[in-house]
Amino acid sequence: MDSGYEAVIGLEVHAQLLTETKIFCGCSTRFGNPPNTNVCPVCLGHPGVLPVLNKKVVDFSIMMGLATNCTINRDSVFARKNYFYPDLPKGYQISQFEKPVCEHGFVEIETGNGSTKKVRIKRIHMEEDAGKSIHDLGETTLVDLNRTGVPLIEIVSEPDISSPGEAAAYLKKIYQLVTYLGICDGNMEEGSLRCDANISVRPKNQKEFGTRTEVKNMNSFRNVERAIAYEIERQIDILEDGGKVQQETLLWNADAGKAVSMRGKEEAHDYRYFPEPDLVPLNIDENWITGIKKSLPELPDKRKQRFMEQYGLPEYDAKVLTAERETADYFEQVIAETKHYKLASNWVMGDVAAYVNEKKINIAEFPVSPKNLGELINLIQDNVISGKIAKEIFPEMIETGKSPGEIVKEKNLVQITDTSELEGIVKTVLENNPAQVEQYKSGKEKVFGFFVGQVMRETKGKANPKLVNEILRKELSK
Amino acid sequence: MEYNDYREKIGLIKQGTLSLTSNVEGFLSRIEKEKHLNAFNFVFKDAVERASEIENKILEGKAGKAAGLVVAVKDNISIKNKPLSCSSKILENFQPVYTATAVQKLLDEDAIIIGKTNCDEFAMGSSNENSAFGPVLNPYDNSRVPGGSSGGSAVAVAANLCDVALGSDTGGSIRQPAAFCGVYGLKPTYGRVSRYGLTAFASSFDTIGPFAKNLNDLTLLLNIISGYDEKDSTSQKSGEINLTENVSKSTIKIGLPKEYFGEGLNPEIKTRIEEIINRLPSDNFEIIDISLPHTEYAIATYYILTTAEASSNLARYDGVRYGFRSKDSATLKDMYENTRTEGFGKEVKRRIMLGTYVLSSGYYDAYYRKAQKARRLFKEDFINAFKQADILLTPTTPTTAFKIGEKSTDPLEMYLSDIYTTSANLAGIPALNIPVGFDANGLPIGMQLMAPELKEPELLNAAYLINKFL
Ligand SMILES: [Zn+2]
Repeated sequence: MDSGYEAVIGLEVHAQLLTETKIFCGCSTRFGNPPNTNVCPVCLGHPGVLPVLNKKVVDFSIMMGLATNCTINRDSVFARKNYFYPDLPKGYQISQFEKPVCEHGFVEIETGNGSTKKVRIKRIHMEEDAGKSIHDLGETTLVDLNRTGVPLIEIVSEPDISSPGEAAAYLKKIYQLVTYLGICDGNMEEGSLRCDANISVRPKNQKEFGTRTEVKNMNSFRNVERAIAYEIERQIDILEDGGKVQQETLLWNADAGKAVSMRGKEEAHDYRYFPEPDLVPLNIDENWITGIKKSLPELPDKRKQRFMEQYGLPEYDAKVLTAERETADYFEQVIAETKHYKLASNWVMGDVAAYVNEKKINIAEFPVSPKNLGELINLIQDNVISGKIAKEIFPEMIETGKSPGEIVKEKNLVQITDTSELEGIVKTVLENNPAQVEQYKSGKEKVFGFFVGQVMRETKGKANPKLVNEILRKELSK
Repeated sequence: MEYNDYREKIGLIKQGTLSLTSNVEGFLSRIEKEKHLNAFNFVFKDAVERASEIENKILEGKAGKAAGLVVAVKDNISIKNKPLSCSSKILENFQPVYTATAVQKLLDEDAIIIGKTNCDEFAMGSSNENSAFGPVLNPYDNSRVPGGSSGGSAVAVAANLCDVALGSDTGGSIRQPAAFCGVYGLKPTYGRVSRYGLTAFASSFDTIGPFAKNLNDLTLLLNIISGYDEKDSTSQKSGEINLTENVSKSTIKIGLPKEYFGEGLNPEIKTRIEEIINRLPSDNFEIIDISLPHTEYAIATYYILTTAEASSNLARYDGVRYGFRSKDSATLKDMYENTRTEGFGKEVKRRIMLGTYVLSSGYYDAYYRKAQKARRLFKEDFINAFKQADILLTPTTPTTAFKIGEKSTDPLEMYLSDIYTTSANLAGIPALNIPVGFDANGLPIGMQLMAPELKEPELLNAAYLINKFL
């Protein structure tokens, strides 16, 4: 439907980095420890403490900058963002403002109709996370400072996104990149990947942006899409009614399916940013960047291309297999065992994915080792077992972790590829079913399937179907 | 006193003529006797036990470089399990869980910490009148201020309540009280001494530095506390300083910045310093007139930048986690407001307001950014000056110690008492107060020497030499 309006959307994505220690102190970043145990005087903001930058955070930021085609700034500066909140011990958050570590990048996203679109990245900056306020314990609010000082990067896009679908595609791209790089686990429910959206609408062909609102608290890909769609519609409705959109910050309520105003323009914070005097400006030299470039893993787009070229896979397969780094890794481990790439792809995208999705586990935790799956594929391709048998023993492989060879042996499931043995069975089947043979000969070719079924029953599915077909045709044409 | 400096003291202890325990007991009883000076916020009686342990170590020959040196520490520097108040109500009953690097280095060398000294609240002030523990009195005239903000440390040394003391200097807070109390006080190069454990006032200005009765002890103390610290990213490497009788260079070029000898300088101070300059022999010293053209903007620049940093540094005192919390606040906002209203003194609140203002959106460019640019000009002034001179010589203060209450109602007047000291903090360079005599009222006069960044060895050796001609 053409509403006559277009949406202008920019996303701010916070990614919690998978460093062992916090950004400015030696405390652990482990999630799930008892409250206020991953803390020290530095992250508690005691008098006289000073931050010391964790270089790993810079490494990770450079990785993300390179993965999103950004310029890595040789000099960047930390800044204080000042505001009061109980889960912010120092009364300011150390972030970056005027000179972020990365700027001017882009990512390519797929839009619905199979074409691609560039979304520009304005900046990526490093900052420390705040703690957690726990409000749901009656009257009192409790504060857990374990998360205080956990490193974040904030990835800010230009307002190049124009639909909820594009926003979701962009966010998935960011998710894919941070997980490929191994710098963030991408878990939106636990908040290791967070997304805020700046949204405005304007009549088509109007140059100036409309008044924008900011929507926060969208903790899944689905909610990002829903919340943005909601907000676009809300703004269009206001304009259609002759009203004016108010500049404000809204909180998405997934249960209610709507966004609620959190604060208006007047209540907006003045963060009084200024350069952090406790840290010297960060100098990143060419060697540092070169080192990171060398250590960079293959990124999804490149990997997809390679899967198509090197393994001759269709684009669809390559895209599905490379969507997540672990899936692509698993696939490549499988094909280290077998050269039957397409069959391997079918299995990984089919039976493996089905199990993993159903159990909601990571493919890395999938009980069948890539080696065993590779062996299974080889057994099929070498006519040792039929595809049907393969499907039958797969659950056992999952359950027991046994190799397919072992199971086949134990259960005597080796495919019958002995022509004379099969000829005997085929002949018996034909002799026992003279009526059907008559029907076939009189032109009812559909009965052919019946004979195949009978042979398979006789052999408990072990007969090589291709051979069965050949022999049946030969015998029936006699 | 049984000794003139630490070298003599340790000699006497080793000989067995001086007991370290009774030395510390002596200091403790003097502190008690001079209680009216109000130099200490907290006195550590357990120093006696430590003295006896260290005495044994000394006799066994296992003691560190500062063994038995009795040190008073300004109460804005952290010592584990000892109170830290910054002379503020807002840190009521607060005890740090870690020790400042500078103090730890002293403890590692077997120094004895005798107590925490009074100061202006969060080191904000020039008279030590802004303290939750009440004002400190000048030992030369109890109706006068000792200077600030490290007034307690200066008095502790001047009144012989300890051997040496640590203070902090953000805009003159060591040198000005040293001048008012007639002791040596050094503001080191920014970063020479780790700030880890120094309660931040203005992070890009703050330095920890030594007070002493003589240059030997001052140098010893500085040598121990200096050096790069991985806990302070702004700290710097520095070498050991040796004071020497021999003048290594043929002549030392002494620069006299004309801006420091103009209007507002007390004539008695001016006369005394000119007298000293005239006495310096020309085969050792070359006197040159120089200019630091941006000096008149120093106070304004200093107050914009330091209050901006302070407004952020002091945000953590909110009553949420530690220290004072106002009772019976209905909402979170009330708790913040009541805690900070009741917990902070007037001057601290004034500076937080000022700093918040200069960082506010719409004012940042006009104040903070402009002041940052001005700060670069001060640095250039000094770089140019040091192309001509090795050392700059100036008065430390425009007047000698003023009366308690004399300036406390006029903040601008009070700020001007730092007029000769703030520039060194803006430029990050080392500056030393040398006591050079007394005015007609018997109040100490201070003279300041300044040197380029990390040139403390040259600075202290020049002072050592100049001392011979006082
Ligand atoms: Zn920590």
